[in-house]
Amino acid sequence: MEEKIRVLVAKPGLDGHDRGAKVLARALMEAGMEVIYSGIRRTPEQIAEVAVQEDVDVVMLSCLSGAHNTLFPRVVDLLRQKGGGDILVLGGGIIPEDDMPFLKEHGIQEVFYPGAPIKATIQYVRDNVHKEKHS
Amino acid sequence: MDVQSDIRTGDTRAIARAITWIENADARGAALVHDIYRQTGRAYIVGITGSPGSGKSTLIARMAALLAAGGAKVGILAVDPSSPFSGGALLGDRIRMFDISLTHDVYMRSMGTRGSLGGLNRSTRMATRILDAAGFDWILIETVGAGQSEVDVHDVAYTTVVVLAPGMGDDIQAMKAGIMEIGDAFVINKADREGADRTLNQVESILHLSAAEGWNPPVLKVSAEQNAGVDELVAVIARHRVHLEEDGELDRIKVRMARLDVVEILKERLTDTMNTELERAATQAELEKVATRETDPYTVADMIVDKIWRGR
Ligand SMILES: Nc1nc2c(ncn2[C@@H]2O[C@H](COP(=O)(O)OP(=O)(O)O)[C@@H](O)[C@H]2O)c(=O)[nH]1
Ligand SMILES: [Mg+2]
Repeated sequence: MEEKIRVLVAKPGLDGHDRGAKVLARALMEAGMEVIYSGIRRTPEQIAEVAVQEDVDVVMLSCLSGAHNTLFPRVVDLLRQKGGGDILVLGGGIIPEDDMPFLKEHGIQEVFYPGAPIKATIQYVRDNVHKEKHS
Repeated sequence: MDVQSDIRTGDTRAIARAITWIENADARGAALVHDIYRQTGRAYIVGITGSPGSGKSTLIARMAALLAAGGAKVGILAVDPSSPFSGGALLGDRIRMFDISLTHDVYMRSMGTRGSLGGLNRSTRMATRILDAAGFDWILIETVGAGQSEVDVHDVAYTTVVVLAPGMGDDIQAMKAGIMEIGDAFVINKADREGADRTLNQVESILHLSAAEGWNPPVLKVSAEQNAGVDELVAVIARHRVHLEEDGELDRIKVRMARLDVVEILKERLTDTMNTELERAATQAELEKVATRETDPYTVADMIVDKIWRGR
């Protein structure tokens, strides 16, 4: 068996800045993962559906517009509805520290600070991907 | 989740998981294909190939939307090369297909080549069978056409569409070198741009040289971005299908594909057996003898082959 970690790097909401998301996508690829990048301005419905169709292990949400408190939990809810509740959902972008507890209560397993080292993100994914998914 | 019965009802998550098993060479994937294979053979499989950036993904999204609007179920497999260094991959086709993510009766999956030469691998073949069993009427397969790799889309699709764009002179050279033979239709995409007519003329003059009786591949100007000419392309594919069916050619293609399905599985089985033999302590000792030149690699290889045959 040759399992590969599959990741969807997705940008919900209206901001059009995706340099950070693209850098992250490339770094995950270089770490040996299969990475699907969504492009900008996607809806939570699209993101959840794509995550299920692509059978990803991880969804990395990146949002700079400030709407993370509505968009991120919505993605989690939709994933659960579509039977993708076992997918690891992580957040990044510009998230104020005060919002992190709220997001974690709503199914975002970890939130990365702006400028958090990508290495740490990669390690987090490796350590926390739901390996039992495939068994 | 009972993947096998859920696939028959077209359940998205079951289909997605089954393809993951196939990609991971998980034994459950093989068992599944074994069980569902008899329900396959109904889908019509189209390959779309061409250089990176020629607009294949954009075009496929348009084709899928059009076919789905006509009541068909459409499955898409988009293959991108994996990095030979990290084994990872940036699967970029979804970006152009995001808008059809929620289109009813359309399923799309991005796949990395995971080291297999040629771009289309065992996984793609078997994933096609999964989609077929799940009741998709059309399966559209996107592959990059770098070097020789586009040649094998022809091994998995009944109709092959080669996509070109203006200003890609290398593609014209590649056509002369043989890609031409695999195209059942040629698309000059980005017809909204300057130079499309010139490319069209070049392609037509190359094709003209080999014009013969039977099917002569049409050359179509399309703008995937502006959604112009996509209906003509779909009509051409439908005509090609009728041509193959009336000719009995489709049945011959299906025998060729059956052979390739068997070959893929055989390769896997033989590789497994070979690797098991290579790991044996007795073989290790022989390898050391090859290293010290007490024997040669042919002798050892023949010994292993003999042993595998007799070991049945
Ligand atoms: N002007 C123009 N651009 C197009 C057209 N089709 C695709 N593109 C653009 O060409 C680029 C590559 O398209 P993509 O579908 O990803 O190509 P692929 O690599 O062959 O799958 C993207 O920026 C598209 O927006 C078209 O008909 N006209
Ligand atoms: Mg593409």
